Amino acid sequence: MTPRMWRGAGPILGVLFVAITFGILIGSNFFLPGNLELIARQTAIVAAAALGMTIVIVSGGIDLSVGSVVALTTVVIAVLLNQGWPPLAAAIAGTASGAVCGLINGALISGLRVVPFIVTLGTMILVRGAAKGFADERRIEAPQTWLNDLLRSTAPGDAGLLPSGVWLVVVLALLVGGVLRYTRFGHHVFAIGSNERTARLCGVAVPRSKILIYTLGALFAGVAGVLQFSRLSVGDPTVAEGLELDVIAAVIIGGGSLAGGRGTIIGTLLGATTMAVIQIGCAQKGYPNWVQQIVTGAIIVLAVALDRWRTGRAS
Amino acid sequence: MRGIEKRFDATVALAGVDLAVAPGDVCGLVGENGAGKSTLMAILAGALEPDAGEMHLDGRPYAPADPMAARRAGVAMIYQELSLAPDLSVAGNILLGMEPSRLGCVRRAAMRRIAAGALAELGRPDITPDRLVGDLSVADQQLVEIARAIAIGCRVLVLDEPTSTLGRRDVERLFALIGRLKASGHSIVYISHFIEEVREVCERIVVLRDGRVAGGGPATMAGDDIVRLMIGRDVTDLFPRSRRQPGEPVLEIAGRGAGSATITLHRGEIVGIAGLVGAGRTELLRGVFTPPPRRWREGIGMVSEDRKAEGVALGLDIADNVTLTKLDGMGPASLVLPSRQRAAATRWVREFSIKCRSATQPVVELSGGNQQKVALARLMHHDVDVLLLDEPTRGIDVGSKAQIYAVIDALVAADQPTGRRPRAIVLVSSYLPELLGLCDRIAVMRRGRLGAARPAGEWNEHSLMLEATGAETAA
Repeated sequence: MTPRMWRGAGPILGVLFVAITFGILIGSNFFLPGNLELIARQTAIVAAAALGMTIVIVSGGIDLSVGSVVALTTVVIAVLLNQGWPPLAAAIAGTASGAVCGLINGALISGLRVVPFIVTLGTMILVRGAAKGFADERRIEAPQTWLNDLLRSTAPGDAGLLPSGVWLVVVLALLVGGVLRYTRFGHHVFAIGSNERTARLCGVAVPRSKILIYTLGALFAGVAGVLQFSRLSVGDPTVAEGLELDVIAAVIIGGGSLAGGRGTIIGTLLGATTMAVIQIGCAQKGYPNWVQQIVTGAIIVLAVALDRWRTGRAS
Repeated sequence: MRGIEKRFDATVALAGVDLAVAPGDVCGLVGENGAGKSTLMAILAGALEPDAGEMHLDGRPYAPADPMAARRAGVAMIYQELSLAPDLSVAGNILLGMEPSRLGCVRRAAMRRIAAGALAELGRPDITPDRLVGDLSVADQQLVEIARAIAIGCRVLVLDEPTSTLGRRDVERLFALIGRLKASGHSIVYISHFIEEVREVCERIVVLRDGRVAGGGPATMAGDDIVRLMIGRDVTDLFPRSRRQPGEPVLEIAGRGAGSATITLHRGEIVGIAGLVGAGRTELLRGVFTPPPRRWREGIGMVSEDRKAEGVALGLDIADNVTLTKLDGMGPASLVLPSRQRAAATRWVREFSIKCRSATQPVVELSGGNQQKVALARLMHHDVDVLLLDEPTRGIDVGSKAQIYAVIDALVAADQPTGRRPRAIVLVSSYLPELLGLCDRIAVMRRGRLGAARPAGEWNEHSLMLEATGAETAA
């Protein structure tokens, strides 16, 4: 096997490993359609945000403000629904408010030439504060709409097979995967992440690209916010605290490199699924939360160690 | 040092060098870029291990495992780029890694005392040990670096281009300091490009060339003789020369430094820029190549002198590296199809005989010469009109060099395939035979000043070296 094939195989082996492990522990019930659907629904929120994070991490950056953006999005949607906005418009406006946060991230990173870690650490706290202020520090109840059905379990025999929110993530994943592979922008993202100086020398508009990268990153966090709202059916400014770490972990387990230049959408989806499998498997086995955290942490460390070992052998 | 040999892969950096330095001796070590000076001194200072040969210090065998072991044994290297921690105090820097301590606690008073002692020995008691190194001038930082070597008891000091970042007054103070160290019995190896300096401060001179000692003598020997020893080698027939026919002007290159010339580059010619490392040649090219996106659109392309850090994106594959500047026409609409990228890159892989499995191989896995061919292929894929080449053959094997020379010559030849006009090239190089062999006109830069471009026939290695080092004015 070439190193390249190994790289693609790692995340698949990872998800198979955890799935089979829990399959043995729990029994074949673990693989019933209903349970698989549960895993897909559980994966959706992290996966949506991880699509954007993949772009950011491939470009050699990081975005810590994802969790706060998700919270802000739920608040914006709830507030607008209460003002009588149609659900679709409210969802789009909520996603857009997320994208604006990303635009600010990108502009600060490009304009001030400050490392993304610091800038997004700042906006993480700032956006969280803004969400709380906007919501007047409470949860905002909102009227029931079809938005709440996005991640609702499908009835047996439903032609849709999976909830529409999951399909939304699948379609977006195909789109982002295509953009990364088949567009100039996608190639520029890889070039910036692999070697920013080379990209500059080759005439890539690095500042402009970065603004777009972080805007897209937060746009997908906004989509995750819509799904989060769907599950909560309220606007909650304290929700999704620490979600950014799950999202980053999904990209890393999926073969992304924090040094930039590497990462795939399919890997990221597998990474997000791996974490959901652990979560649900532990819950169904009746393990306490701390076991789940230890397993997830170990998988992350293992993924990175395997990656080191692989690249070390390749070069 | 006796019979020191060192090779990097296929390149022989040192082929049996002997060097002896006595106590109180100041020995000047000169040579062209790549002659082996730095490698030899890195071995002396313990940063590299020799492949063959032996070293003795005070009559005892000396084989340092690393730079710290060399310092403990009494040999210290003062690098061109200072290696101080700017946020630590002067005393903290001088005693870094050997802080006096009792029961794990640093004895601050003792640190201050030792540091002050070393500074006093160097005749600079005015630098207080408590100041932050970052607040000192470059010259004083260099002094702290020397004090660090003195404090540990080093008897042999290697100074690598110590004056490259200093003004004239600081240079004089440094020379006075060297005299002081010499009087107290220290041995000094002084590396410099500036021949007049070496003659001023050293007692004898050793010239390295192509990894061997080419000769040497007392510092009173003529500057001309030193230069002859530095360059004395034949220009091989490595350099093809097609018929050339300079056409219309395509680019103006204006020097920035005081008294600089402006050079007009014509289609169908190669203008060479000679000069020492740090003379400002790279900055000159950067100035022309700004901003990069617009320059690429205008049909100007550049190859960086720093291949690994800038020239190529090591993690990406050959196809991505070659096509990065021009992803148009790689698919329907404005999409980029990897298969088209591969096809475009494969053409240049074949034409430049880049050794690789396929165009999808990551560039990091290629040899230096093949990486450089990838960087050059990018300009070919973009189909540029003007090529700015900064040290295009640095650190690559002779075979790749010859191929790159052939490509460069073919680009400016008067006879081109139909529908194609000759290109124009600016070539920055430290390798003089390359400049003389390829260029139509050559200009020399010295300390930021760009000289006028004169026909290559009016230059020889000797006159170029004289102009670049300023030996003329001193002789």
